Amino acid sequence: MKNMLQKRWLKTLLSLVAAYGVVQLLIAVGVINDYIQATIATICINMVLAVSLNLITGFTGQFSLGHAGFMSIGAYVCGIITVANPTLPGFLLGTLAGAVTAAVVGFLVGLPTLRLRGDYLAIATLGMSEIIRIVFLNMQITNGAAGLNGIPQFVNWTWMFLFTAGTILLIVNFLHSSHGRACISIREDEIAAEAMGINTTKYKVMSFTIGAFFAGVAGAMYASYFYFLKPDLFNFQKSVDILVIVVLGGMGSISGSIIAAVLLAVISTVLQSFPELRMVIYSLVLVIIMIFRPQGLMGSREISAALFRKWGEGLKRVFGKEKERV
Amino acid sequence: MAILSVKKLTKSFGGLTAVSNVNMELQEGELVGLIGPNGAGKTTVFNLLTGVYEPTAGTVTLTRNGKGKEIQGMKPFNICKAGMSRTFQNIRLFKDLTVLDNVRIAMHQNVKYGLASAFLHLPAYAKEEAQLVEKCMELLRIVHLDGKAGELASNLPYGEQRHLEIARALATDPVVLLLDEPAAGMNPAETAQLTELISWIRKNFQLTILLIEHDMSLVMKICERIYVLDYGMIIASGTPEEIKADKKVIEAYLGEDVNDA
Repeated sequence: MKNMLQKRWLKTLLSLVAAYGVVQLLIAVGVINDYIQATIATICINMVLAVSLNLITGFTGQFSLGHAGFMSIGAYVCGIITVANPTLPGFLLGTLAGAVTAAVVGFLVGLPTLRLRGDYLAIATLGMSEIIRIVFLNMQITNGAAGLNGIPQFVNWTWMFLFTAGTILLIVNFLHSSHGRACISIREDEIAAEAMGINTTKYKVMSFTIGAFFAGVAGAMYASYFYFLKPDLFNFQKSVDILVIVVLGGMGSISGSIIAAVLLAVISTVLQSFPELRMVIYSLVLVIIMIFRPQGLMGSREISAALFRKWGEGLKRVFGKEKERV
Repeated sequence: MAILSVKKLTKSFGGLTAVSNVNMELQEGELVGLIGPNGAGKTTVFNLLTGVYEPTAGTVTLTRNGKGKEIQGMKPFNICKAGMSRTFQNIRLFKDLTVLDNVRIAMHQNVKYGLASAFLHLPAYAKEEAQLVEKCMELLRIVHLDGKAGELASNLPYGEQRHLEIARALATDPVVLLLDEPAAGMNPAETAQLTELISWIRKNFQLTILLIEHDMSLVMKICERIYVLDYGMIIASGTPEEIKADKKVIEAYLGEDVNDA
């Protein structure tokens, strides 16, 4: 078991270094320009948002419509601290402070609202994120509707990569622990989970708090990369955008969230050249995917060596048959 | 020594008294049956004992390691920790999870590693997880599911799902096990196998078992004592022979004597 774990770690580490290296090389060579870099940044931020929301909605089964609220807390706290202290340690401190603040708010909001179920929880979280937005809109320190401008940019590809990979690894690790399994059992059957000794309220709040923490990290990444914040960026629409990634990728699939974040960003970028039809085609793609894969691209499965083997066998069967026919 | 002692347990839903004044006493190591016609309130009694419902009145005392504890009104997960575990009449497995995960989740309360280990997979994590898998496989061997540890629970045939529920209940390390119609929907061969399994786990886990069952062949064969519930009240209790001969029980099941009509 220990050996297996070490091997898995090594494999993960190698593939991560490879992914980082390739992009870093392409940036150095100049193949990836500023515009593509901004798209990559958006993808990374969306991945962090989707994976953390997936923990709450896909794995723990708690339907939340307030993720943009937690993101905005991380963004503003990090933004304000970085403006006051424009150094790298200042930015890192801001990120941590933003994430912790988001987690604390998540904890406080989660305690009463997670007693609600289904639609009620969705409405309560929606209301919460609207309240957060209105608060930021009316505060002096956030510069209200005019927005917070001139946040020093510390996040480059390296930081983007570290934050994104770190978030995904930590959440995947959590899900593969006993605590993570306790969260998943709530989605599966709350009454059975309680009867088997799981304190469901505690684990719902825990999952909600962890999700809020990483949404705060995503907000900090956003603030530092795009150096401009206004409350409107974090409206209801933003929460829905995140939810779309989660549902499209598959509730309860981390790889699904990652794939969907990339796919939607690519579709959106490609469609930039047709501004009139962009949203129409984007929506059509969503509708079509949902008709043919209502469980999302990945369902609740993960990409793994076993899955590739299965696909390989399936392909073999298909192509084998065709050969026979010929 | 009484392991589980129920006194004057009552539950009203609005004007309807589903369970009234139920007294039961389970001695250490006993296998006791709870029978009664449909709608008599058997499952309600289980739900009261395990904390799904809060009793309107009465006390439930569970004794573990010689220490008695009143558990009525406690949350289900705390009652489970106190030493009472159960299966469900309408199977409630974690369907989209593997057989192994179903049992592993039930062992969660004994997991000691903290959140830091969970996030970073520190050595404590690897060590405890390995032990956890070993313990789960032991339990799965008992119910003959060790060969299917990696399968999804929903893919198991019906009878094996019932067995998995028993393994999962055992994983919580109970002193009292409540089985809610474990043989429902099973054929005679499967029921015979289940009967053997229940006797075996009682002996080897030193469990006290309370069993709801409609299959009289199973109840009469393995239960030492039987409580009969009708309209939420205990109408009779005793050995299987006494129950078979009890006039009130026959009336409850078959209706009143023809001569009275």
